[in-house]
Amino acid sequence: MAERIITAEELAQQLRAVSVAEFFEKNRHLLGYENPTKALITIVKEFVDNSLDACEEARILPDVKVVVREVAPDRFKVRVEDNGPGIVEEKLSLAFGKLLYGSKFHRLKMSRGTQGLGASGSILYSQLTTGKPAKVTSSIGKDIHEIELMIDVNKNEPKIISHKQEKNPNKWHGIKIEVETEGRYIEGKQSVMEYLRQTAMCNPYAKIIYDGPAGKIEFERGAKELPPLPREIKPHPYGVEVGLLRRMLAGTNSRNLTGFLTSDFSRVGRNSALEILKLAKLDGNKKPVDITHDETVELHKAMQMVKLIGPPTDCLSPLGEKLLEEGLRKETKAEFVVAVTRPPSVYRGNPFEIECALAFGGELPQEGGAQLFRFANKMPLLYHASDCATTESVIDTDWRRYAFSQSSGQLPQGQLAILIHFASVWVPYTSEGKQAIANYEEIIKEMKLALQEAGRQLAIYVRRKHKMKEGQMRRELFEKYIPELAESLEKLTNDKKEKLIAGLEKIVKRNGVKTDGEETGNDKESETTGK
Amino acid sequence: MEKKQETIKNLKRLGSKVTGDIEKGENPSLDVPIRTLSNVKYDPTRKMITMGSGMAKRYFFNVGHVRKFVQTVEAAALAKELNEMNKHLSLREAFYRMKRTLPDSNINLVDEQEESNEAIEDLELITGASRELLHVNANKLGSIAGKVVIEDKGDVIDWSKLGSGGWSIPSNVEDIVFKKVDAKFIIYLEKAAEWERLHEDRVWEKLNCIIISSQGQATRGIRRLLQRLHLEYKLPVYILVDGDPWGAYIYSVIKYGSISLAHISQELAIPGARMLGLTAEDVVKYDLKKHIIKFEEVDIKRLEQVKNYDWFKDNKEWQKQFKLWKELNGKVELAALASKGITFISDHYIPDKIKNKEFLD
Repeated sequence: MAERIITAEELAQQLRAVSVAEFFEKNRHLLGYENPTKALITIVKEFVDNSLDACEEARILPDVKVVVREVAPDRFKVRVEDNGPGIVEEKLSLAFGKLLYGSKFHRLKMSRGTQGLGASGSILYSQLTTGKPAKVTSSIGKDIHEIELMIDVNKNEPKIISHKQEKNPNKWHGIKIEVETEGRYIEGKQSVMEYLRQTAMCNPYAKIIYDGPAGKIEFERGAKELPPLPREIKPHPYGVEVGLLRRMLAGTNSRNLTGFLTSDFSRVGRNSALEILKLAKLDGNKKPVDITHDETVELHKAMQMVKLIGPPTDCLSPLGEKLLEEGLRKETKAEFVVAVTRPPSVYRGNPFEIECALAFGGELPQEGGAQLFRFANKMPLLYHASDCATTESVIDTDWRRYAFSQSSGQLPQGQLAILIHFASVWVPYTSEGKQAIANYEEIIKEMKLALQEAGRQLAIYVRRKHKMKEGQMRRELFEKYIPELAESLEKLTNDKKEKLIAGLEKIVKRNGVKTDGEETGNDKESETTGK
Repeated sequence: MEKKQETIKNLKRLGSKVTGDIEKGENPSLDVPIRTLSNVKYDPTRKMITMGSGMAKRYFFNVGHVRKFVQTVEAAALAKELNEMNKHLSLREAFYRMKRTLPDSNINLVDEQEESNEAIEDLELITGASRELLHVNANKLGSIAGKVVIEDKGDVIDWSKLGSGGWSIPSNVEDIVFKKVDAKFIIYLEKAAEWERLHEDRVWEKLNCIIISSQGQATRGIRRLLQRLHLEYKLPVYILVDGDPWGAYIYSVIKYGSISLAHISQELAIPGARMLGLTAEDVVKYDLKKHIIKFEEVDIKRLEQVKNYDWFKDNKEWQKQFKLWKELNGKVELAALASKGITFISDHYIPDKIKNKEFLD
């Protein structure tokens, strides 16, 4: 026998479940842990996102405290505390100690986290890099539970190391979570600090305290109301991919296809369902579980062909113009801020809403190009700006129409900050790294409309300011020449210089800077009589 | 003396107009006659450039005007001071007199002499008083020689007995008295160097004429002196300039007047003056092609400009000149005639031309 034939049994022995930990190790770049700097930001981000989501759902104004301490070179303790509703004791270890466990994965609703990978992923990364357990303290207003836990990477199960239970006389509620992790701390554009600053910008109703290696800073609450709570919606047929459709077919409670279509999707009534089935040449009485792969593909095709009204849009929770304006103002200390919230729109069956805000002047940097702050579902996007639909839409907008200079293919120049918020049940990120929004035509169009509307409002202010500045300069110029004219006139007519100066000053004061010949933009000496 | 009082009154009137505006709370303004091509006209019957009635308002409270406005008033104050003290300043001195730095700034009331010159010229127009009456003198420039005796400030001067330099022409020739004029015509030269050539060759004696030169554009003093000799003694004026559009304009200023001094053409223009050379035909006739200096862009631009001035536009002979110069695509200097012989210009070029009546009119 020249060759040994591997038997099916032997092959089966080689097959084994890939552990989540292994999956995590191999895909860390997708999850935001590709380098120590980014890992540290991601850990903070995941915990903070969870805190904000929980507070908002419980209609609590968030108080979030973030502590980052360097305990050894490139080794940090990260602690995030919130005043959210807390997690009940029974679910506490699962919520943090099991990957892909979460409340948000199976629903279509606008929120920050979706996959149940965030906090547990951070704990796993910390555990993998330092071997230290995570410490989680929680209370729902009753007793306080403090657990130390690690993740059993083979079983993807939480392993509780210790559990303390204490009385809670002050009725505190919320979560404190602390991990020790490898990481690298930097300052600048892509840092924990900047992440939190931008988070504060887009969540102005939250108070965020940051106690980091460079000192303590408080991002004040700028508003006392939360945006409305988003409603959960069912998927719209236009936004469903074949894979998701298969999973939905397998997991549905409906007993037949017609029921599946009408009850598991939004905007599909009985007539639409029948139309879809007819187009797909499928029997409406068939059980969803019995649908083959080929039939699923046909069904999916038919779903895209039928005319349906767009998905409901009350599942979105935009900040609204007032909050957005407040958020950008308090974090940029600009002198003028304008915000625009567009009506909801739809891309590929997914409702979305664009908001933007423009800040001008004040403490914004005098030199250089405009700053662009990008957000998806209230989360700052710090990386891959050049791939992002937000950047494209800003570049595509003609800022010269709004009194800013701009070279082609560049962001505008000037004392300007631009904030764009993309709110949707499903954010079309360009990659798993979740750092850039894909440039769907509908999305770009909405962003540009928002920017144009805000730009128009800002331009009115900027132009008025330019004009005032011009007036100021003009006045200063006249002020310089007034004594000269008075002096020459005194020599000529013997009138008193002081009297003439007073007279000229009076004209300046009364007329402001309005002067003859200039209203028509005519600084040249115009002919007043014919030749 | 009467004139002086009148001038001072005029200057004061300008000041009172401005202080009156201030008292009324109005934007102080001055009416300034326009001194650009748009406001000059060529009067073909008088053969003179005359000024139109175009006026511009100059305001104090106007970013584009304020500087000129104050300069004009300051020039008036200076002229009044000079008249009262009975002193004269040169244009250059007037520039320094007016130049001062505005408090708390780095702005000077005048930065270039051009600015004070213009302010003074505007002042002439506004008050109707000539620069001489304003007591500001242009730099004296130019030499003259010939068999002429004059009296100037009590001194009797014989223009034929002044060595190699000749008599240098003052900026104000109004009060000069001609005692004896023994000449048949006047030769005006654009270049002082050519004047020296002619003077050394004693052309004024040989041809019984007066030779006079400037260096570049003829000053007011020269032009006025030319005009007086031309009118008072009926002497023909022949003009020698370099063969290029700049020379053509120098010729036309003497003959018809200038754009910026169109208001006093009457006192300066010599419509009877004629051009002797250097013409485009001379280039061929005297074999000067090898001395052509190629036109630069500014020369070509100037050529087009001069060609289209009203006083040249309908002149067939001159249009032919411009066409030929354009074809030659370069200029020829008077000095190039030296290539034909050291005294060629004095012995042949000028006498031949005059004898053959080779004039351009």
